[in-house]
Amino acid sequence: MLIRGRVWRFGNDVNTDVIIPARYLNTSNPKELAMHVMEGIDRDFSHKVKAGDIIVTGKNFGCGSSREHAPIAIKAAGIQAIIAKSFARIFYRNAFNTGLPIFESSEASEKIEEADEIEIDANRGVIKNMTRQEEYKANPIPKFMQELIAAGGLVEWTKKKFKVTS
Amino acid sequence: MTITEKILAAHSVKEEVSPGELINAKVDLILANDVTAPIAISEFKKIGSKDVFDRDRIALIPDHFTPQKDIKAAEQCKIVRDFSREYKISLYFEVGRMGIEHVLLPEEGLVVPGDLVIGADSHTCTYGALGAFATGVGSTDVAAAMATGECWFKVPESIKFIYYGKLNKWVGGKDLILHTIGDIGVDGALYRAMEFDGETIGALSMHGRLTMCNMAIEAGGKSGIIVPDSITESYVNKRAKRLYKFYKSDSDVRYAEVHEYDCSKISLTVSCPHLPSNVRPAAELFEVSIDQVVIGSCTNGRLEDLRDAAIVIKGRKVNPNVRMVVIPATQKIYREAMKEGLLDIFIEAEAAVSTPTCGPCLGGHMGILAKGERAIATTNRNFVGRMGHPESEVYLSNPAVAAASAVLGRIGTPEELGL
Repeated sequence: MLIRGRVWRFGNDVNTDVIIPARYLNTSNPKELAMHVMEGIDRDFSHKVKAGDIIVTGKNFGCGSSREHAPIAIKAAGIQAIIAKSFARIFYRNAFNTGLPIFESSEASEKIEEADEIEIDANRGVIKNMTRQEEYKANPIPKFMQELIAAGGLVEWTKKKFKVTS
Repeated sequence: MTITEKILAAHSVKEEVSPGELINAKVDLILANDVTAPIAISEFKKIGSKDVFDRDRIALIPDHFTPQKDIKAAEQCKIVRDFSREYKISLYFEVGRMGIEHVLLPEEGLVVPGDLVIGADSHTCTYGALGAFATGVGSTDVAAAMATGECWFKVPESIKFIYYGKLNKWVGGKDLILHTIGDIGVDGALYRAMEFDGETIGALSMHGRLTMCNMAIEAGGKSGIIVPDSITESYVNKRAKRLYKFYKSDSDVRYAEVHEYDCSKISLTVSCPHLPSNVRPAAELFEVSIDQVVIGSCTNGRLEDLRDAAIVIKGRKVNPNVRMVVIPATQKIYREAMKEGLLDIFIEAEAAVSTPTCGPCLGGHMGILAKGERAIATTNRNFVGRMGHPESEVYLSNPAVAAASAVLGRIGTPEELGL
């Protein structure tokens, strides 16, 4: 899988309250949530972001609440993937469970700048920076996570594994 | 093995597990609320399971935007209610019976030592105080677990935190955990289990332990846990609705890290905006004026917390420039606080007393901040916009400091009131 897009940069410890403020959690409609994505940091982000864009951020992205509304809002806003130095663990689970591709890479997190054009080779774990002509390595995705992605998320994986009958 | 590894091994029917290992484990209880359950329910329906794995092991507690604050919130709650009726979920708690989930479940004996609990709420880690492995997950995890009774986990490494020495006056579990988060940072325990130990923890009451484990997530922890002892036993034996088992860590266990704290050197501690790790001694913040005080939440909405606040505010008035909101965490606590005269003390002091809800802690309702306003709260997060406007501010403290600040109109300590 190749993911190519333009980069939006964010800092360290980006928490779920700024990704999608709790005052909007009285709905779980992805389109409504997307209208407020990253509002706690940049009020106009939902207007600026374009389908296919990529977020690159520092350490501990998605810390705070367990709200799955956070990856849902990011995905519904058109963001294709997130690269971070590290992810908070519940966000990490939620991203895989809901099919939002995420990659851990210290190098990419440090070197990629706002508006760079990058390409992620998800299978090889290689991130290419077309703007700067650089290449970075992403941490390998654990085998089980690859299994989840291949199945199409946790719901599909659960269906297969437990042969749930209706 | 550590207590955490032993509980995970027992629930995955293995002799032994080690950090880094991926396991599928049986869960004893699954939890979701009015924010996270609607997504879990729609994902559960996609799985196509004809029934839930056990209708007595799923707790659905609408506590965030309840009593239903607007039409959208009411509709979210209705999804949870309808699902609970359709699948005959026995642990559904309606307004009037509900309380804040992480206070209600231990109080009712619905989580017990040795349990493996998952909840679609990050503060599910609270139950580690009982010697259970409890961790926050997402709605889709809950959906899958509702169908199968199982969940996947990576066995976490454990970090040991040893507390020794005598606590200073008014210093409690909240100050210890804020101090710890200040020391290691908001990702200092990322993916790891935080095991709290030492003579000070051994002497700490259950409400202080619940407060500490509650905030493990604010250091990035997967869980917080305390090896059960006689304090645990006396808390659970009159409440437990199921059999329980005490696990303890082996003495030869290797921890990823060990941190030690001399509690006699820990003062009343406040987290400043906009991270829980941004801690300062309360006494240094006397120039910070406040507009609102909130006493409540899954962190500090228990009876003992209300007692602390009441001792401080008794016979005094909330400062004319401040509004104070007190939120007992459950109906039982509300009633007991009423019987003990605590609610009278708050109302006499001109504070507002609310029915149980998470409400203002996450900026939902019941005390939202305007642009430029500042609050001190006994809650757990002070991220940008957490309690309202993105340009408002939240300081975190224990109940006694919050109550003293309400009287002073600025951040202050009970000592300043001669207490």
